[in-house]
Amino acid sequence: MFSSLFTIMRHEILMTMRQAFSWLTPLLFFVIVVCLFPLALGPDTDLLNKVAPAIIWVAALLAILMSIGNIFRSDAEEGYLDLLLLSPVPLTLLVLCKVFSHWMTNCLPLILISPLLGLLLHLNAHEEYALIITLLLGTPVLSLLGAIGAALIVGIRGHGLLLPILIMPLYIPVLIFGTGTMMAANANLPINGYFAIMGALILLSLASAPLLTGLALRIGVNQ
Amino acid sequence: MLHWFNQKFLSPKTFYTTSSSLLPWFIAAFVLCFGYGLIAGLFFAPADYQQGDGFRIIYVHVPSAFAAMAIYSVMAVSAVLTLVFRIKIAAICMSCSAQIGAWFTFLALVTGSIWGKPMWGTWWIWDARLTSVLILLFLYLGFIALQSVITDQQNRDRAGAIVAIVGVINLPIIHYSVIWWNTLHQGPTISQFATPSIAPSMLYPLLAMIAAFLFFYAVILILCMQNQILLREIKSQWTKEVLCYDY
Repeated sequence: MFSSLFTIMRHEILMTMRQAFSWLTPLLFFVIVVCLFPLALGPDTDLLNKVAPAIIWVAALLAILMSIGNIFRSDAEEGYLDLLLLSPVPLTLLVLCKVFSHWMTNCLPLILISPLLGLLLHLNAHEEYALIITLLLGTPVLSLLGAIGAALIVGIRGHGLLLPILIMPLYIPVLIFGTGTMMAANANLPINGYFAIMGALILLSLASAPLLTGLALRIGVNQ
Repeated sequence: MLHWFNQKFLSPKTFYTTSSSLLPWFIAAFVLCFGYGLIAGLFFAPADYQQGDGFRIIYVHVPSAFAAMAIYSVMAVSAVLTLVFRIKIAAICMSCSAQIGAWFTFLALVTGSIWGKPMWGTWWIWDARLTSVLILLFLYLGFIALQSVITDQQNRDRAGAIVAIVGVINLPIIHYSVIWWNTLHQGPTISQFATPSIAPSMLYPLLAMIAAFLFFYAVILILCMQNQILLREIKSQWTKEVLCYDY
């Protein structure tokens, strides 16, 4: 079972890596959205430093939302998804595999480039540290929750804006705690408590999201 | 056993006839509670020592907020019944509740905003409870949006059920938001376990109004569900008999 899971994961990551633009597009989107804000707000250092957490977090959230909407779509069109549903490996684990490879290819690049963007928005070293840790803890939750929405809309055509409406309300807690950590770091307050809460969010979504995504996929493929 | 129970008591036809006979009682209960709550709340309850007569909006605000959350709980329970036991009535109850619940949430936000202007000096504040109720409204709207684009009946029910179950995480957040985050919104006035922090002359009309809103929900829910049942079962014999009898 684990060998087949490993094969699927390897296949997913290889497929994404070989089409460079399928993982570069979310990254470019993220960078460009972040760069728009200094242009719109003006080059005031204090102001940028203050709104940097909000800008980076909202941009990351949008980038992930845009990329996760399609994780099941091409599989469903090619019939690959039907094979996954028929396979003896538990669907929950397959979903977890797919979400993890999405995170590896789409979220990890965002996290790697975020210190550079933080530098552009005048974050200090302590805030950069908080930014990287919160993104590391927060983006898996975004991927896991987004997968539920992606699975629900897999059989629906021409309603691209439905996914944000369904998923955004669920992203709000992550956004609140992510930016809250950054603001606490900005005020030199202890931030380990925030990390613990975000860790709890990961565990909660790990336990529930793959199950619900599997259920939603079975419904979506019926359509 | 469960299947038998489902067939016997939860079939759309049984529900239709039972709810039709219950409907007048719910309407009567609504009129009684609403009449008492409105008159006692607006005329007999004393004015608040701080907020004056302005506090009387509580008789609309608290019941609609309470109903908004209660209806989401009903939706979540129906969602579980839909997914696990595939009870048709539960699925119908879920989609009808969503529309009513969205309106109650909207009403709670609007009355809260009207209350906030004279008391807090602002129409809106990004306070924990206000924000979480706003999220509740988005959850309701997301549910309605998803259900409106799926054409197949069974898939619509089950996909909606998943969204409803995922969104249930917001309910405890709303409930405890005023306790966890000490912000502008006042703490809970009435609770099941503690002595209420409100005078009885103000409390009883409030409880009556909450009951009235819930009875109103029940009335609208029954009417909406009967409509849905007739639509879904349009081809069966008993539906034709009901429709011919009615008109």
